[in-house]
Amino acid sequence: MTRRRGRRVRQAGWDAVGLAVFVVMVFPVFWMISTAFKPDDQIVSLNPTWIPWRPTLSHFGAAIHKPYFWEDVKNSLIVVGITVAISIVLAFLAAVALARYGFSGRALFILMVIGIQMLPQAGLIIPLYVVLADYHKTNTLAGVVITYLTFVLPFCVWTLRGFLLGIPKELEEAAMVDGSTRLGVFLKILLPLMAPGLVATSVFAFITTWNEYIFARVLLNDQSKQTITVWLSYFYGSSRHTDWGALMAASTLTAIPVVVFFLLVQRRIAFGLTAGAVRG
Amino acid sequence: MSEGTSTTAAAGTLLGTSRRRRRVWGRAAGGAVPYVLIAPVVVVIGVVLGYPLYWLGKLSLEHYTLFELIRHAGTWVGLDNYRSVLSDQIFWHTLLRTVIFTAVNVGLTIVLGMLIALLLVRLSTWVRLLLTSGLVLVWSMPVVVAVQIFYWMTNFQNGVVNSILTKLHVGDFSQHDWYGTTFSQLGMVTLLIVWGALPFVVITLYAALAQVPRDLVEAAEVDGATSFGIFRDITLPIIKPILLILTSLSIIWDFGVFTQPYLLIGQSKITPNNFLMSIYLFEEGYFKSDYGRGAAISLLMVLMVGLLSIVYVRKMVRIGVSE
Repeated sequence: MTRRRGRRVRQAGWDAVGLAVFVVMVFPVFWMISTAFKPDDQIVSLNPTWIPWRPTLSHFGAAIHKPYFWEDVKNSLIVVGITVAISIVLAFLAAVALARYGFSGRALFILMVIGIQMLPQAGLIIPLYVVLADYHKTNTLAGVVITYLTFVLPFCVWTLRGFLLGIPKELEEAAMVDGSTRLGVFLKILLPLMAPGLVATSVFAFITTWNEYIFARVLLNDQSKQTITVWLSYFYGSSRHTDWGALMAASTLTAIPVVVFFLLVQRRIAFGLTAGAVRG
Repeated sequence: MSEGTSTTAAAGTLLGTSRRRRRVWGRAAGGAVPYVLIAPVVVVIGVVLGYPLYWLGKLSLEHYTLFELIRHAGTWVGLDNYRSVLSDQIFWHTLLRTVIFTAVNVGLTIVLGMLIALLLVRLSTWVRLLLTSGLVLVWSMPVVVAVQIFYWMTNFQNGVVNSILTKLHVGDFSQHDWYGTTFSQLGMVTLLIVWGALPFVVITLYAALAQVPRDLVEAAEVDGATSFGIFRDITLPIIKPILLILTSLSIIWDFGVFTQPYLLIGQSKITPNNFLMSIYLFEEGYFKSDYGRGAAISLLMVLMVGLLSIVYVRKMVRIGVSE
């Protein structure tokens, strides 16, 4: 009896620690949302109001009516859309080569794909800026798309390769025996089976691109040309009278698409940077 | 690459479902087909990355400022930029600071990550689900958003951290400035980075812990082994490969971190006293428009990160080649 009670007490102890960790980790996100809905007097009060019982939407109004919000959301969507579209198509082809063919130079190609993902982004801003300035492509979205391809493409190749390895090759071989052409196999078997993998990889590429900051900060100086993360980073400026409610509302708006997409596909992306290392 | 892809990295349930490795001989020899398939990626990367990398080397050997940028031609100066950087006190101080900063951040991330992963195993199902969902939520926060939240929470006038600490009678923290000294500035950046990095580390380690055979642990318990003994002799050897990978990834990311320190400390408060490597090169190269010197710093930094990532890259390439 006492033994069982001892165990139950210990379990309750662990659960309490777990809940404490949960509270500490989630608090910043909770505080962002809570602040975004609070009236101003509750925001600046030294006695914090934890939950806004009389929520207001005025901060969201202030955020979206701030100059350049919509332009910069549109810019982000354009940059993300083009980058993801190009990356997925090109990366899928390369991933098929990696997952399905042996060829000399394969190890070198893998080295390139992995190595590039390890390059520190900050180390590339100077040459990218100078090269793009040389071709008068700074302050253009095309320039940003080009720089984003440098890290989104290798990531997509590696992730799609992981998904392809999960599809049994025998299916394709059987179809080949039945007289399908390579293209037929690709269109009728590989593409439909890969649909979930393609969606998940696109979503992750979307998130990475949407969140990117350094390149956009360096390459885009014109406020109407910036992306949403740069817009958000300039929100408070150096002013002492920051509109905290609007800042948190803007932060919430910036995070929402990412959070929604991330929750949808997080479980599917199991083939990223550490894939293979766990398996024996 | 840096924080961007940290969110894209692996974890989740599928890590556990061991997928047998494909034998190399099972792969089709496709003649020209694979080369045609990889050609677009190789060409695009060659242009969008190879060309700038060539420029990185070229710029680092030139005197190249705004004037040369407008003229479209630099002046060859040999190794002068490197000499100037390597004889700069600020460079060496920044390097030392970045190394210590990286060690502290990685140490905290891995140790706390391991502890929380071990805690997850012991939790009741509902608490575990709650904590995992919370971690995924934190994981999904964009870095710039996270910076704004931390900036607001630690604001000296009405930040919630000051009110909580004062209320808990930790001391009088009203109007406490968390960004008063270099140490506290980098301390805040560390909190932000560790907070953002923990979910990925915890969830990956938790998945790795599922690989530890239960009967082995139970047998050790029957034999009277302590929890720590079990962790050291059974759990640790099994999860060591993934722990090694997580550590090298964290080192690479934290050494090159830019967005968190740059935005949280704030452009106006950034001085040579709180430079980290990537901020140093941003300020010296981009902000002062001394691109030649900036390129020299960048190249040195790329080489350093390259050395740091050898272990990881070798391991991943080996996995890639054999699969």
